[in-house]
Amino acid sequence: MSGGNTVRIQVDGRELTVRADATLASALMDADVIGFRTSVSGDARAPLCGMGVCYECRVWVDGEAHRRSCMMRVRDGMVVVTGAAHD
Amino acid sequence: MTEALNPDCDVAVIGGGPAGIAAACVAAEAGRRVVLLDENPEPGGQIWRRDIRHAAPPLAARWLARLSASGARVVSEASVVSARFDHGISRFVIVAEHGTSPQVISAGRIVLATGARERFLPFPGWTLPGVLGIGGAQALLKGGMDVAHRRVLIAGSGPLLLPVAASMARAGAHVLGVCEQAPAYRVLRFTASLSVRPSLLAQAVRYRVAFARAPYRTGTWIAEARRDGEHIVAMLTDGARERPIHCDLLCVAFGLVPNTEVARQLGCATRGGCIDVDEDQRTSLPNVFCAGEPAGIGGVELALAEGEVAGSIAAGVMPSGGARRARARLRVQAARMHRAFALRDELRALPAADTIVCRCEDVPFGAMRSAWAPRQAKLYTRAGMGPCQGRICGAALHYLFDWDVDSVRPPVEPARVETLIAGAALVAADSHIASENT
Repeated sequence: MSGGNTVRIQVDGRELTVRADATLASALMDADVIGFRTSVSGDARAPLCGMGVCYECRVWVDGEAHRRSCMMRVRDGMVVVTGAAHD
Repeated sequence: MTEALNPDCDVAVIGGGPAGIAAACVAAEAGRRVVLLDENPEPGGQIWRRDIRHAAPPLAARWLARLSASGARVVSEASVVSARFDHGISRFVIVAEHGTSPQVISAGRIVLATGARERFLPFPGWTLPGVLGIGGAQALLKGGMDVAHRRVLIAGSGPLLLPVAASMARAGAHVLGVCEQAPAYRVLRFTASLSVRPSLLAQAVRYRVAFARAPYRTGTWIAEARRDGEHIVAMLTDGARERPIHCDLLCVAFGLVPNTEVARQLGCATRGGCIDVDEDQRTSLPNVFCAGEPAGIGGVELALAEGEVAGSIAAGVMPSGGARRARARLRVQAARMHRAFALRDELRALPAADTIVCRCEDVPFGAMRSAWAPRQAKLYTRAGMGPCQGRICGAALHYLFDWDVDSVRPPVEPARVETLIAGAALVAADSHIASENT
């Protein structure tokens, strides 16, 4: 478990300590995740609109696909898989 | 959700930004049962999005406190998937996805306050990681993104460039510059027109001072972006000369586009790309109101005034004279802003044949034919058939080729089959609830 203002999440197998109320997309940007998802042609994509419209930030969260990381806050124990790791 | 939500209400407000908050407050304070559906983790929309590092600005804090005290039931993380008037129960039925489960609401009246999104125009390299929107960068910043010592270039168009540059600078970013595509004379004339509102002018000056060391250039835009190792090289142009700017984040967007999808799916008439409303914020459909950006881009004060008017009328009470007067004045101000920041023709010539236009389906500009409408683009190239449902490429193609927007059918957001089934199944249960309440 984590204390203070941080939580621990797992991103592509890496354990990260992030601010407890951070938006997941913001936490992933800080973790230097380059490719949140892989496009149809194989390009790495990352957040564009930041507000749930473009779906470029979508990642697997706790086993569920297509979750918009910009629309949720991190939770302790969250397991995230990005497009780079999945494809 | 810990307690069961009574799925029937008098007024359903869709969208929890300033307009929706104002509408929900006045309607609930007038004694109506109000449900506010918003897809973010907390209400506030974009401009009042919760910043995890700073307290809410005073205006936002006052309205959010008022919302908490109003009695309106706020349902966060709820994305509206469809809305219809059900003649069987004589109520509107709104289907939303709440987290990963369905939520169905029935309502006597609806206030649509779905806000706006940014307009993105394609240029070579715009799909690279690290190229963000301007409001998009602001949203990520408020969500905790660390930009300390990161080189940030901000480009595009509109008044939003200033406050975001200021936020970035205050968060420790190295703001390299702010590049407005509108020509100098128009920006100067617009700034001068703010003198009738000294507080707005003062605010603009404060923003400018916050990133004082970075240049604010007019008549410039980004022609191209390339990746160079860990960072981005942006080619800045004034139409005559280009020069490279090395940055970590490139924030580019060109004004705002109203989110009219739910309204159009319901069947509301549009005018000039926005939802057509009268002075009471009524749409062309009985008992359906629209307030804020979808009724015409105009900023937070106009959204608040329109939300007050819509919420009052929807609740069956007279709106305050102040809200009505503010609305009239602010609409004039909004029109001035649109004229000042109109987009230049050169932006239509930016994409190359291999520049992706539809990011969801990786459809290049060269695959498009200007003579098409969105329907042909979908059929022949799949453009617009991805999860964003043409929200990003549609606005771009509208500017590039002057295409109209395509019609909207449910679901207006990607949704689980479970949610679509629940929407259909719960209508039968709702008719039981409706008859109990009459």
